[in-house]
Amino acid sequence: MASYILRRVLVTIPVMGIVALFVFSLLYIAPGDPAAVIAGDQASPADVERIRQSLGLDQPFLVQFGGWLWRILHFDLGTSIFTNLPVTSLIAQRIEPTLSLMMLTLALTLVIAVPLGVIAAWKAGSLIDRVIMAFAVSAFSLPVFVVGYILAYVFALELEWFPVQGYTPLADGFWPWLQSLVLPTIALGSVYIALIARITRASMLEVLQQDYIRTGRAKGLGQPSILFIHALKNAAVPIVTVIGIGVALLIGGAVVTESVFAIPGVGRLTVDAILRRDYPVIQGIVLMFSFLYTLVNLMVDVTYTLIDPRIRY
Amino acid sequence: MSASATNSAAVPPGLAIARQLPDLMQPVKVRRGVLGFLRNNPTVAIGAALLLCLMLIGIFAPYLGTVDPTAIAPAKRMRPPSELYWFGTDALGRDVYSRVMFGARVSLTVGLSVALLATLAGLAIGLVSGFVRWADAIIMRIMDGLMSIPPILLAVALMALTRGSVRNVIMSITIAEIPRVSRLVRGVVLSLREQPYVDAAIASGTRMPMIILRHILPNTLAPLLVQATYVCASAMIVEAILSFIGAGTPPTIPSWGNIMAEGRALWQVKPFLVFFPAAFLSITVLAVNLVGDGLRDALDPRMAKDL
Repeated sequence: MASYILRRVLVTIPVMGIVALFVFSLLYIAPGDPAAVIAGDQASPADVERIRQSLGLDQPFLVQFGGWLWRILHFDLGTSIFTNLPVTSLIAQRIEPTLSLMMLTLALTLVIAVPLGVIAAWKAGSLIDRVIMAFAVSAFSLPVFVVGYILAYVFALELEWFPVQGYTPLADGFWPWLQSLVLPTIALGSVYIALIARITRASMLEVLQQDYIRTGRAKGLGQPSILFIHALKNAAVPIVTVIGIGVALLIGGAVVTESVFAIPGVGRLTVDAILRRDYPVIQGIVLMFSFLYTLVNLMVDVTYTLIDPRIRY
Repeated sequence: MSASATNSAAVPPGLAIARQLPDLMQPVKVRRGVLGFLRNNPTVAIGAALLLCLMLIGIFAPYLGTVDPTAIAPAKRMRPPSELYWFGTDALGRDVYSRVMFGARVSLTVGLSVALLATLAGLAIGLVSGFVRWADAIIMRIMDGLMSIPPILLAVALMALTRGSVRNVIMSITIAEIPRVSRLVRGVVLSLREQPYVDAAIASGTRMPMIILRHILPNTLAPLLVQATYVCASAMIVEAILSFIGAGTPPTIPSWGNIMAEGRALWQVKPFLVFFPAAFLSITVLAVNLVGDGLRDALDPRMAKDL
């Protein structure tokens, strides 16, 4: 197992290198002079030149990329054009709300989606199954911000159960923190829940047809024991895979959710950076989230060996 | 044997004819043609009908009682929905109904273009990857790298480097969607290559381009078509998200994401500014998803049972 994990980690390193190369070369893929685009329409030639130099765009590509990669390895994501602060400290200031939101959403999703999928598979074809699957299709079709606005309108504006907007840091107390995150979590989680519920149902349906499930029934195991111990464990690999892939949805959705609920997180930082054309900040955020996403999927791969001892590459 | 034939035969005395049993299997009615397909797959029919309505709205937007969607009228700012202004007016006095109707154009154009472009590019890359061994490793590492960047962030980064326009939005979302399509095509190609009929074609001396055209391509179409609908739905959502956070279509073009972005600051007092574009966007995406789910059920019965 140790050698599998080691090999898996080693495979991740070149992938991260390719991600870094991509994020870096985006500047060159885009048509036109990047310095002029970042400077905006009202910029003077001197401004454009200043940006060109501060981004090092006047140097050869490989020199730029090498230097950039070297700085990344030292946790230096560059300097914001607008605020002149290091991108890493900008992200560090904003990371708490975003991580809180994403972790809570992940927890909520696992608690809701997996049982929903199991029940739908158990009662496949019944009314409950149809209702759950209809919910899944509609959740897929409702964009994050639409769900966010509906929730905010009903539960914050009309019923006044939760704050409409804003974020209370965890340091100010657990309950206010949780209260400020309930609606954003549900909004962000809706698509994710639909995704996981669907894959759980599909994977469970396959497992429930296996012989050992019939054996379990024959020897008199109770329904919960069959479903949640024997079946779910064998259905877990595809579910865990999709949980990992779905983290991309969480990351993209967090940017939007934070805008809807005015949460001062990395998503808001992204939106502000777009409006100010602060490219180093955008680049830093994209790179950080991509690495995070790669690491999550690395963890998912390692989890396989814990769930299913048969997996040995 | 039909009932009338049995009845006409002479019945020996003391015996009675057994009552005819109902047919255990109802005759299967074979429905053909496009209409037959739609009757067999009501999900596709409902989705397609909705989508058709929305396309007609997009095409005939200027004739649906709309006014110039960019015409500013400061005197008539933020009117609630009324007989005159069906969906109300926004902070600049523009008619929200007209803006939403014209917004259908942007959403549908982006969704359909991205679906088409990403499918074609993904098909080409997937075919090469599935057939050319040495290229496969390189292409798949590149795709791994691209797929490691969350699609919305990739599109955001690309849009930050270009000027906001519908064309650039389409290009950005297409680049973000290509890896998933090419992975799918590659997977299908790799499994098809092992099929006996492909071996037979190779053995009988069919050239590679012909094998691809005649044996591989037709078999990738069904999963590709289903994937294309999901790409379309996702592209519409990503376009709205990009416009909503200010990295999408320029503010001069009325798109649903833009209308919502403009209504964002005021939505607590004037919820209708956000409600109407949101409702139209959701219905459009739902229509595309219904078509996709229905096509998947119709084209791949094995998956239909599970998902």
